[in-house]
Amino acid sequence: MLLIFLSSGLLLGWSLGANDAANVFGTAVGTRMLRFKTAAAIASVFVIIGAVSSGAGATHTLGKLGAVSALGGSFVVALSAGLTVFWMTRARLPVSTSQAIVGAIVGWNLFSGSPTDLEVFRKIVLTWVLCPVLAAVFAAVLFGLFRLFFNRVRLHLLKLDVITRVALITVGAFGSYSLGANNIANVMGVFVPAQPFSDLVVFDNISVSGTQQLFLIGGMAIAVGIFTYSKKVMETVGGSLMKLNPQAALVVVLSQAMVLFLFASKGLETWLHGHGLPAFPLVPVSSSQAVVGAVIGIGLLRGWRALKFRVLGEIAVGWISTPLAAGLLTFIALFVAQNVFSIPVK
Amino acid sequence: MAILFKTTKELEAQIDQFLDSISQGGMVFKAAVGNFLDDDWADFGQRRSQLDELEEKADDLRRIVETKLYTQTLIPEHRGDVLGLLESTDNVIDAMKDTLNQFDVEKPYIPEELKKAFIELTEVSVQAAEVLVSAIRAFFTDLPAVKDHLHKVYFFENEADRVGDNLRRQAFAMKMELSQKFHLRYFSMHIQNVSDEAEDVADRLAIYSIKRTI
Repeated sequence: MLLIFLSSGLLLGWSLGANDAANVFGTAVGTRMLRFKTAAAIASVFVIIGAVSSGAGATHTLGKLGAVSALGGSFVVALSAGLTVFWMTRARLPVSTSQAIVGAIVGWNLFSGSPTDLEVFRKIVLTWVLCPVLAAVFAAVLFGLFRLFFNRVRLHLLKLDVITRVALITVGAFGSYSLGANNIANVMGVFVPAQPFSDLVVFDNISVSGTQQLFLIGGMAIAVGIFTYSKKVMETVGGSLMKLNPQAALVVVLSQAMVLFLFASKGLETWLHGHGLPAFPLVPVSSSQAVVGAVIGIGLLRGWRALKFRVLGEIAVGWISTPLAAGLLTFIALFVAQNVFSIPVK
Repeated sequence: MAILFKTTKELEAQIDQFLDSISQGGMVFKAAVGNFLDDDWADFGQRRSQLDELEEKADDLRRIVETKLYTQTLIPEHRGDVLGLLESTDNVIDAMKDTLNQFDVEKPYIPEELKKAFIELTEVSVQAAEVLVSAIRAFFTDLPAVKDHLHKVYFFENEADRVGDNLRRQAFAMKMELSQKFHLRYFSMHIQNVSDEAEDVADRLAIYSIKRTI
């Protein structure tokens, strides 16, 4: 029964692995700098590590927005978010799982009569806007520095190739870690309040909490998505969307990974607070929108013509249409699940 | 880090050797044309076989580099460009070798008054090839410097056109058999062909450099 309820979350995880791993390793695989199997193995391992070790921060924020208290409710919320993503993707509308899950949680709040913390909601919406903007700023700065460095150092083309490969693997691992840490909240976040796992102790001294076990399962679903379906997406991303050279691609992946890390790392949040600096809210953000932001950031260094207002407009429309659609669908689905199938959802 | 660069170091050395062969080929070609004009057949014969060896060496190195680039899936973004570059550069030394062979087989009659023009034509034509080699080296290691070399390739190619044109005008104004005039035109154009091939490579290199810019 547990597995049936979790299945909608696992499907979300599979879809995340299939689509978003391409944001991390797409260019490396698409440009044949890296074999797909190597990329998939690195991505899977680091997504799971990121999810299990640092997934709690962003999940906690989602929990504050709305704690889905029954496993049946979690199932419906995740399923509705997943279906919203699926339909909107099929209709070729810009969509992000992060935004769908937030809409779905608000839908559950409305259905169950729970209050929505507007302060948390405001913070979340702010991060959606900040995510591509920060990615653009990081990419522009990093790209400028890279260009300065490589023009000064004057490496042989073959040496540059080797260094880029090693960097793509390292940055890809960091990107996968950040993806797991930030986006596991989308996959398993709604199951946390109702999860039935008890804490485990392995090797006598390592404690694995119920939430971490849940994240491990979610991380594995993402890994399955990466291995079974991301190859095509990676080849498409590498070949068409980002016609960037490997060094520029490296900057895009690094900027995206940094943004996702900023919005996921509890350690960084504590460190910033400790030094009297404002910390970034820990919120799941869209890796695809971070990539678009980073590509635009690089483009801006080459002139304002790179600013694609249509793409930016589509992203902004997605900030409104995705949560609205997911919220509405969740509300209807919860009503049907409770009244037609008699599933306890709250 | 040293382990990572082990393969590339060997390949870098082979690309360098390939370019050395082209550059040496130019010097040998220039010397051989001088030997021909001086009727120094012994030295001409030696230079000719020396150029044959250099051309063969360049061919072998090109094949080795091409095979390694593919089998070790190196520089996937620029592999096609580098391959094109090496193959077209090989045409430059091929042009020199073919021209020397024709000198050897056909032994054209070159009047004393035209010898200076033939030497000048050979010099500017070979200079275009030599500057091209520097441009290609810069493509691998010092991209911003490529432009500095390329404009010199174009300059020497234009010079070769100018000198060759003057030479032919001079030849056709002279009193000799029409067949001899045709023969001289044919040989001047062959020498000029070395700089034309260098210009073709330079055109490719200009595009490849833009593609390589970060």
